[in-house]
Amino acid sequence: MPVFKEEILSTEKIRKKTLLAFLFFFLFLASCIAGWKWLRHQPEDAGALRPLRSVLNFNEKLFSNLISNDHLAKSFADKDAVHKVRVNGDAGMSNGFDPATWKLQLVRRPGDTLYITLDELKALPKTDIIFDFKCIEGWSQVTHWGGVKFSDFVKKYGLDEQSSMPYVALHTPDNQYYVGIDRKSMLHPQTILCYEMNGEPLPMNQGAPLRLIIPVKYGIKHLKRIGTIYFSNQRPPDYWFERGYDYFGGL
Amino acid sequence: MVEKKIIKKHPLAIRWFHWINFPVLGVMIWSGLLIYWANDVYRLGWGDTTILKFFPDSFNKALNIPFRLAEGMSFHFVFMWLFALNGLIYVLYLLFSKEYKLIFPNKRSLKEAWQVLLHDLHIRKGLPPQKKYNAAQRIAYTGVIIMGLGSLLTGLAIYKPVQLYWLCAMLGGYEWARAEHFILTILFVLFFLVHIIQVILAGWNNFRGMVAGFEVESLPPPVEDPEFSEATLDANSEPLKM
Repeated sequence: MPVFKEEILSTEKIRKKTLLAFLFFFLFLASCIAGWKWLRHQPEDAGALRPLRSVLNFNEKLFSNLISNDHLAKSFADKDAVHKVRVNGDAGMSNGFDPATWKLQLVRRPGDTLYITLDELKALPKTDIIFDFKCIEGWSQVTHWGGVKFSDFVKKYGLDEQSSMPYVALHTPDNQYYVGIDRKSMLHPQTILCYEMNGEPLPMNQGAPLRLIIPVKYGIKHLKRIGTIYFSNQRPPDYWFERGYDYFGGL
Repeated sequence: MVEKKIIKKHPLAIRWFHWINFPVLGVMIWSGLLIYWANDVYRLGWGDTTILKFFPDSFNKALNIPFRLAEGMSFHFVFMWLFALNGLIYVLYLLFSKEYKLIFPNKRSLKEAWQVLLHDLHIRKGLPPQKKYNAAQRIAYTGVIIMGLGSLLTGLAIYKPVQLYWLCAMLGGYEWARAEHFILTILFVLFFLVHIIQVILAGWNNFRGMVAGFEVESLPPPVEDPEFSEATLDANSEPLKM
């Protein structure tokens, strides 16, 4: 049984068919190149080419449906946690900051800011988490953190109404570094306002006195040295989003 | 009028899948390089000895790779859709058109592929009988489909390691999944190199097959007229005796 269909044609006809096929082929190649050039010349939206940004936003919508409080980042034993924790980036960590006089500014609504001390946070139930911290650069490290669950924090300060808004924003005290996070990820049971590393008070270069640890996100969202927290219906500004990364940064 | 036989080798759909995949996979590999650069830890070697670092600085420099992580991610997470869709439709097409019977290996393929390899290395004469593809091709073209699936799964595992924790765990965890994703990419590049060499060796007619869909074969000398002079017949058949 022959595998292929066969046909007898004049060489002239074959030549024509071949030429026509290659004409289409070169048209295809040309449109690939033209499409690529068009794409590369599109204006940027927050550091990413606009058509790409639209798809990244679509990806966020799609993959944020996956988030569930039952999907936990894998927990490790304390012995698995590294002692030399990598320090990566110091945006928002400007000089002249005094952790002793620091208070967390919780904006409950415009004009209504609550100032919270570290001791008040430490009085809340403490949660330890040992997980594989993932940097957007591609490395990861099993690290041990301790602090108060954001969902416990929300309960304690009566933020039910605020936390029903789609976004939470966090800023450093100097407002040089800032992240926006979707409410589902923020209320995830592994998301903590963190004041301890390896059972010790958080070191300065890791964001003392208080930083965010949010295992369902890349490291770029784990803001060090939290100054202000507020809630928003729109996407709050986000440092790395403005530099071309996707807003969601979810794992 | 001179006539020749055309043999319709590649259906239009397969040619489309093939040529769409070419630039899309190109963009995926390029943007993958931009991403990998931010944590370029893989190498060939043991202990402190490194035979080959992935990738040498000269390579990164020549391809303008450094400091483009965000750009790489933006391209990677857009073109992944094209790669996945094109691959999915291709596999569905193979299944529904029964074309898979010509591509998937059968029980003789392993042994025959060895014979093909020996033949291609000029160690053995003659090839085992084949249909559309020889056994080595069957294994290679099926292997590359599995590699594509592997790239999608390992990619998904490092893209959403928490939400798809089960997938990530199945692949040996986050770090392993990243390494597997990288190795698969290297295999794609090696496949591509061998593929290009084989296409060049196979020549024009074969290449035309992937563009126009058909290959061309000369017809056997015409013998339909018994009245034709014997001299002509002899002249035609003579070369065969040599």
